[in-house]
Amino acid sequence: MEKLTNRSVVASDKKMTFMERIYVPAILKGMSITITHFFKKKTTINYPEEKREFSKVYRGQHVLKRDDEGRERCTACGLCAVACPAEAITMVAAERKPGEEHLYREEKYAAIYEINMLRCIFCGDCEDACPKEAIFLTDRIVASEYKRKPFVYGKDILVEPMDLRVDISARQTSAVHDFKKNKAFAHNR
Amino acid sequence: MDYSTLIFKAIFLIIILLVTLVVAMYSTYAERKVAAFMQDRNGPNRAGPFGLLQPLADGLKMFMKEEIIPLTANKYLFILGPSIAMTTALLTGVVIPWGDTLTIGDHVYSLQMADLNIGILYVFAMVSIGVYGIMIGGWASNNKYALLGAIRAASQMISYELAMGMSIIALVLTTGSLSLHDIVSQQHGMHWNIFYQPLGFFIFLTCAFAETNRAPFDLPECETELIGGYHTEYSSMKLGFYLFAEYVNMFISSAVIATLYFGGYNMPFIDQLGLSSNAVTFIGMGFFFIKIFAFIFLFMWIRWTLPRFRYDQLMNMGWKGLIPLAIFNILATGTYYFFTSLK
Ligand code: SF4
Ligand code: SF4
Repeated sequence: MEKLTNRSVVASDKKMTFMERIYVPAILKGMSITITHFFKKKTTINYPEEKREFSKVYRGQHVLKRDDEGRERCTACGLCAVACPAEAITMVAAERKPGEEHLYREEKYAAIYEINMLRCIFCGDCEDACPKEAIFLTDRIVASEYKRKPFVYGKDILVEPMDLRVDISARQTSAVHDFKKNKAFAHNR
Repeated sequence: MDYSTLIFKAIFLIIILLVTLVVAMYSTYAERKVAAFMQDRNGPNRAGPFGLLQPLADGLKMFMKEEIIPLTANKYLFILGPSIAMTTALLTGVVIPWGDTLTIGDHVYSLQMADLNIGILYVFAMVSIGVYGIMIGGWASNNKYALLGAIRAASQMISYELAMGMSIIALVLTTGSLSLHDIVSQQHGMHWNIFYQPLGFFIFLTCAFAETNRAPFDLPECETELIGGYHTEYSSMKLGFYLFAEYVNMFISSAVIATLYFGGYNMPFIDQLGLSSNAVTFIGMGFFFIKIFAFIFLFMWIRWTLPRFRYDQLMNMGWKGLIPLAIFNILATGTYYFFTSLK
C-alpha cells in the first residue's frame, strides 16, 4: 500500500540495544530537542490584544443587509430557513404598510427574524439560498454569553445599522456576481 | 549559646522558611512557564505583569475550594497525611549550609541552622519520613486509586533510597565526614565533589527525581492511570499542601545536590578577589541559589521532556541498574582510597 506520509515507522518490539537500555543517550537527545523549543518563537498569540488575520471568506456572525437607500432587503421568503441544515433560522413575515417604503424594500418583510447562534454551524447555506442578497456571513466573531437565551439573535443585532454598514464585498464571490448579472433577477439590484 | 546567637538563629530560621516557601511558590509559576516555553506556548501571563501573581491566585483558589473529607475516610489520618508531607519537606532545610559565616560586630554567625555531625543521615531520615505523608494520605482516603498510588510511592521510595544511600556512602568515603558543613568547606574553590564522584552524582540525581515523585518517576500520582494517585480524594488546601510539598521537596533536593556535589556556597576564584569575608559570604550565598535554581530548572526540563516510566521499567532500573552501579561505585572508590593510603 502506498504510504500517506514519509514519517510513518514500522512498529517492532525488538530487543533494545545496550545504548537504548541505559536510557541516557535517548534522554539527552530528548532534552536537546526540548531546549531548542524553549528558545523558539511561540506559536500562540495573546488573543484579545493580538488577532490573527482572518481568511477572506471567513464565515462568522450573520448580517441582514440594507440596500443603498437603507431599506431592509429581506423579504421573509423563508428560503434561508429551509436551506439551513441546523434549523437555526425562524422568522415571522409581515406586510409592508403604505408609508413604510423607506424601511422595507419589498412588499413583504420579516417582522421577526431570529438566528440561534448555538444551533448555527456557520455553513453559509442561508447566504447561498437567499434570492435577495439579504443575508451574509461576516468576519465578526459571535460573542460568548453566560446564558443560552442571548444567543438567539434577533433583528436588533442582525440587521446592519444605518450608520455602521458592514462590508461584505469579500463574500460576494464570482458566483454571486454571475447571479447579479443574470437578467432574470434584474429586479434584485 | 548566648542570646544574640539565639535571636540570630530565630530570625534566620524565619527567613529560611519564607525563602523556601516563596521559592516553592514561584517554582509552580516557573514550572508552568518552562512547560509552556518547551511546548511553544506563552504560559500564564494574565495575573499581573508576565503572570507573576499567578501563584498567589492559585493559592487563593485553593483556599476558596470546598474542603471535602470523604465519609469513609479516617479523619485524623486524612489530615495527618498532608501535614507530614509538608512538615518533613520543610524540616530538611535546617541542616543545609546556606552560606559561610557572617560577622556582625564581633560575633561570628554561621549561616546554617544546625550543624549536625550526621547532617546527611538527617536529610535521609526526613526524606524517608516524607513517604509516610503519602502512605498515610493514600491509606486514609479509603479509595483504591489512592491506595495504589500510596503503595507505588512506598515501594518506589524504598527502592530508590537504597541506591541513593549507596551513592552517598561513596561520597562519604571521599569526604570522610557526614556533616554537611564539613562537606561543603572541603569543596572550597573548585574542588567540587562532582569531579571526584561523577557516577555517584548521576545515581544521586536519578534517585532524587524518584524521591521527589517528579516525572519521569511520578508514578504515585500518575494522572492517566490513577487519577491523581494518593491525592485523589483530597481537595482544597490539603491538596495544595501535597502539591506544594512536592515543590518544597524539589527545592530542598536541589539544595542538597548543590551542597553535596557542586560545592554549596563555594565558587571558583573567590579567594583571588580579595573581598571582605561578609561580602564573600553573600556572593557565595547568591551563587548557591544560582546552583539551586539551575537544578530546579533541570528538574523541570526533564519533566517536560520525558514520558513516565512503566512500573516494571522503574523497578528494573532501580534494582538491576542503579543499585549494582552504586555498589560498583563504592567498590571503586574504596579500592582507590585503599591503594592511595597504602603509599
Ligand atoms: S450559516 Fe448555515 S447553519 Fe447557520 S444559519 Fe445559515 S444556513 Fe443555518
Ligand atoms: S434572508 Fe433572504 S432567504 Fe432569508 S427570508 Fe430573507 S430574503 Fe428570504
